[in-house]
Amino acid sequence: MSGYRLSSGGQIDRARPLSFAFDGKRYQGYAGDTLASALLANGVDLFGRSFKYHRPRGLFSAGVEEPNALVTLRSGARAEPNTRATVVELYDGLEASSQNRWPSLAFDVMAMNQLAGPLFSAGFYYKTFMGPTRKAWMLYEYFIRKAAGLGAGTLLPDPDRYEEMNAFCDVLVVGAGPAGLMAATAAASSGARVILADEQSALGGNLRGSASAQENLAGLAALDNVTLLARTTVYGYYDDNTLGAVERVADHVAAPAEGQPRERHWTIRAKQVVLATGAIERPIIFGDNDKPGVMLADAGRLYVERHGVAPGRRVAVFANNDGAYRSVAALTTAGVAVSAIVDARREIGAEAQAIAAASGAELLLGQVVTRALGGQRLSGIEVAAFDPVQGARDGAQRQISADCLLVSGGWTPTIHLASQAGGPARWDDSLTAFLPGEASQPWRAAGACQGTLDSAACFAEGAQAGAEAARACGLSPNPVSLPGAKTEPLADVPLPVWDARPPHGKGKAFVDLQHDVTASDISLAHREGFRSVEHLKRYTTLGMATDQGKTSNVTGLALMARERKLSIPEVGTTRFRPPYTPVSLGALAGQARGSHFRPTRRTAMHDWHVENGAEMQAAGLWLRPRIYAQGSETVEQAYSREARQVRASVGMVDVSTLGKIDVQGLDAAEFLNRVYSNGFLKLPEGKARYGLMLREDGFLWDDGTTWRLSETQFLMTTTTANAAPVLSQLEFLLAAVWPELKVAVTSVTEQWAGMAVSGPKSREVLASVLDDLDMSNEALPFMGVRKGHLNGLPVLVARLSFSGELAYEVYCGAHHGEAVWSRILEAGKPFGMIPYGVEALGTLRIEKGHVAGPELDGRTTAEDLGLAGMTSRKKHYIGSSMLKREGLTDPARLKLVGFVSADGGKIRAGAHLVAANDTSSPPRSLGHITSTTYSPALEKYIALGLLEDGPERVGEKLVATYPLKNIDVDVEVVSSHFFDPEGSRMHV
Amino acid sequence: MIDSYLRQSALDHLGLAGRTSEEPEKAAVRLGEKLLPAAVNLRGDVADPAFVAALREALGVEPPSAPNTVATNGEVALLWLGPDEWLALQHGAAPEAEAQMAAKLRDALGDLHAATTEVGEQYVCIHLAGPKAREVIEKGCPLDLHPRAFGGVGHCAQSHLSKATILLHQVSPGEDGEPAFDLYTRRSFADYLWRWLEDAAGEYGVAIVAP
Repeated sequence: MSGYRLSSGGQIDRARPLSFAFDGKRYQGYAGDTLASALLANGVDLFGRSFKYHRPRGLFSAGVEEPNALVTLRSGARAEPNTRATVVELYDGLEASSQNRWPSLAFDVMAMNQLAGPLFSAGFYYKTFMGPTRKAWMLYEYFIRKAAGLGAGTLLPDPDRYEEMNAFCDVLVVGAGPAGLMAATAAASSGARVILADEQSALGGNLRGSASAQENLAGLAALDNVTLLARTTVYGYYDDNTLGAVERVADHVAAPAEGQPRERHWTIRAKQVVLATGAIERPIIFGDNDKPGVMLADAGRLYVERHGVAPGRRVAVFANNDGAYRSVAALTTAGVAVSAIVDARREIGAEAQAIAAASGAELLLGQVVTRALGGQRLSGIEVAAFDPVQGARDGAQRQISADCLLVSGGWTPTIHLASQAGGPARWDDSLTAFLPGEASQPWRAAGACQGTLDSAACFAEGAQAGAEAARACGLSPNPVSLPGAKTEPLADVPLPVWDARPPHGKGKAFVDLQHDVTASDISLAHREGFRSVEHLKRYTTLGMATDQGKTSNVTGLALMARERKLSIPEVGTTRFRPPYTPVSLGALAGQARGSHFRPTRRTAMHDWHVENGAEMQAAGLWLRPRIYAQGSETVEQAYSREARQVRASVGMVDVSTLGKIDVQGLDAAEFLNRVYSNGFLKLPEGKARYGLMLREDGFLWDDGTTWRLSETQFLMTTTTANAAPVLSQLEFLLAAVWPELKVAVTSVTEQWAGMAVSGPKSREVLASVLDDLDMSNEALPFMGVRKGHLNGLPVLVARLSFSGELAYEVYCGAHHGEAVWSRILEAGKPFGMIPYGVEALGTLRIEKGHVAGPELDGRTTAEDLGLAGMTSRKKHYIGSSMLKREGLTDPARLKLVGFVSADGGKIRAGAHLVAANDTSSPPRSLGHITSTTYSPALEKYIALGLLEDGPERVGEKLVATYPLKNIDVDVEVVSSHFFDPEGSRMHV
Repeated sequence: MIDSYLRQSALDHLGLAGRTSEEPEKAAVRLGEKLLPAAVNLRGDVADPAFVAALREALGVEPPSAPNTVATNGEVALLWLGPDEWLALQHGAAPEAEAQMAAKLRDALGDLHAATTEVGEQYVCIHLAGPKAREVIEKGCPLDLHPRAFGGVGHCAQSHLSKATILLHQVSPGEDGEPAFDLYTRRSFADYLWRWLEDAAGEYGVAIVAP
């Protein structure tokens, strides 16, 4: 119990107390607290258990870099594992629980993993489960995954909404600290469209709450060319200067307000970017450096200054640079006692000395902390003399009692975004840090992420970067006045100390706290030959946890460099990948959930179908009626009844989804003649023709009827699935291949509602409703097309048949689709006319042996399907050249034939055809079934399929086998024209 | 004759007329359907003075040649869709207007190589207005609609909104903070798009209006 709330200070609202719970225990904090600061104020120092060893862990930082204090926030459907307590804003009623411990955080059984320490060292998985013991992985995986890990996600659907936003700007400024604020101000002065985004709950960075920052932000907020985005993490830098960001709109409240998203994903397309992403402090490692109570020095300062919380009662400081003295000064100002300052440097500057003196702390120069002492929390430190060449001396000089140790090993510039959109990072020897490399996209860096740590210099750099970015957009920025800032005498050039342990130091020294990677793991990786940074990373998992090694990467590299006796830049660094911090899947999904996931396309008659009992079925994005079931009919009973009624009398099916293309122009007939494999030049006006389209490679692509409406106008129909691709192909051909043809194509798929009226009574029904058309066989012969009217509405009537019956297609304007549909059905009542669905449509076409999607599967040729007569030899057309390839003319190709079930069994689509006496396993496939149905006309299960030597096998008995379900059906090979092969019924 | 009461928009089933808001001015987003516009798709060569003259004669407006711009005479608007393609639009016209417009165009174009296709019945026009109208579109459309980039009133563009294809036409400038857009989508997508828009506008407050 070391942290406590200071009686004054901090940017918290002490008038607004908030109640919250951690692991079921209730606490109180204030508005302006984070979960971490509130728990620290309540004296909580145990936040979680570590990944592998289940060691007790406390707060390590005060920001996004937190490796230890991962908690599960909320419960039930809103439970969110692995949130960093340091960035969770406190709200009233917040509930959080610790992770990776059992039965409790204080007593965790799995902590015995520590005893098996050597077992869990680098390369644990490889060594344990590769080679002869590989099978053991199957056995142990469950237990290992349970023992080592993070929090558990919920399986309940997320009750909250997420949104997306597309944003554009001239200048995006990432980070709203001193440099970012000035960059935004300078850029905005030019009138540029500026977005300023910062991951923290308020803008300002290190200046948060200061008068100068408030003034600056108020000025920016008043400009309508500036968008300020707090709580917004720019997490990824992608091509074309596109950046991804997540705004946490309502993560800081228990539940979002009505209509409000929890998070909003921003896709930001910026002309110029200013990266003012700051820097993250890094630790120095020593024995048992993961003990709760050991914390980054700047985090200690932030808890005091921002939240009014003292991190401990007996605070010690361990540093190799001046930065830590800022924390000492802050603690002293707030009245927090600092007992000792251990500094690896033998000499420090006057300013640092003055701060140390003012704090009353004992100053131990030229010494380092070699080990943290204590049980579940820090109780003291061991200190030893340090030599820059030899390192720490064996044998601690003394022990100092402390309940909090603030550590500062210097600063690591936050170069993640720069690395994502730039060349290799650049090593700076004096800062001992990687700086942004060459920009490969239009960005410039400013402030601490460039290694500039002095506030005044950050202001100037930010203003300059903002102005340059505006100028790069062709705008003229005005000079901006820089806030007054004392030049800081704290030099911030660290003495390189990475590992403060003496040669025989005790305790585990953690490099990567979140993944439990120790300094000895790095030595082990080196000994075992995993020396490149890429191998080091993968072998030890260093930097691969959810914090992506924000506080550990550079230290890890330094230790490998020490092992290899190379400099750090010689060892190299890995490239950063998005996301900078974890992004929730909800934010990436955005609004695209449920019915928004993909559109549902509705025909003009959709509501009629639904109201009249249709079971709707997806056909691509379209919904089409599958069957109109009556009573307790099964699907098979329903479509059999529908198909029977069509053949007996008359029925109607919605065919509005077919693609329709208006083809106009003097060369329209010539164009169609080049597009279709069969002839279209001589198609007379008022007639339709069935056409086949091939791909360039000669395979069949699409089919449909095309109607000649006038000398220069055709209405082309395509299959439902190919409506858009065919239009694109036609546009391409006209634009690129035959620009000389005077033809224009326009999609009219949705202009027309279409219905097919089929059955022997179809003529009588239509004759009774059409105002002005002579429906006689002479006036409207088979394949004839006429313009007419129905109740005064213009309609197109074409005598086409897909069912083999006397049949017509009626097209009317889509606005009247339902009216015309209802009117025709009403007229058909005396004949028992029924609507039928796509199942019956399929049954009728299979009975006639017509091909459709299952046969036009992109692997078949016209000849395969018995349509060789439709591929003209007298002309060139798309696909004609490639059609002559050997592979396409091979007589061994599978050919379309029909099948009837010989044993009454249902034939499955996809079943393979094998010889009845083939006992090999698996038997040789002679072909496969493509379409299948129960045929009410034949009163048998029938099918279409592709078969070796198909037509020659008519009469043979084969087996249609479906091994996935162990279903074998005896079938007889027949002609694919099952029903009325002469076509007598449709020519009446 | 045509029973105009039977003409059905693809949004009829949503009963929007019964859901119109009493206080639309209080909502940041106003959403409504502009019923059944007449529309004719035109293809032709804008460099041919005869084509331009024919359009002027038939429609009283010339086809704009600048990409994504709109020319209008107050009654008929010509929206640029491509270097050789325009959409002639007329709102609030009688049911016969589309066929008449197409007939007039065919007469005027005569033997010129041009194409005239009636397409009004395949579109649904959703009108979106209010202080947050632009933001709602920006949620699902990857176009920069800022006046500096988009050009404001008199500009149009073809894009997508969420997963539906749209033709977007800015009809009110928004200098008063109240920009307005007409969104045209294929009728089969109308139900999906309307629901998406109502959902996307939810956080700002949405009122259904009869524009």
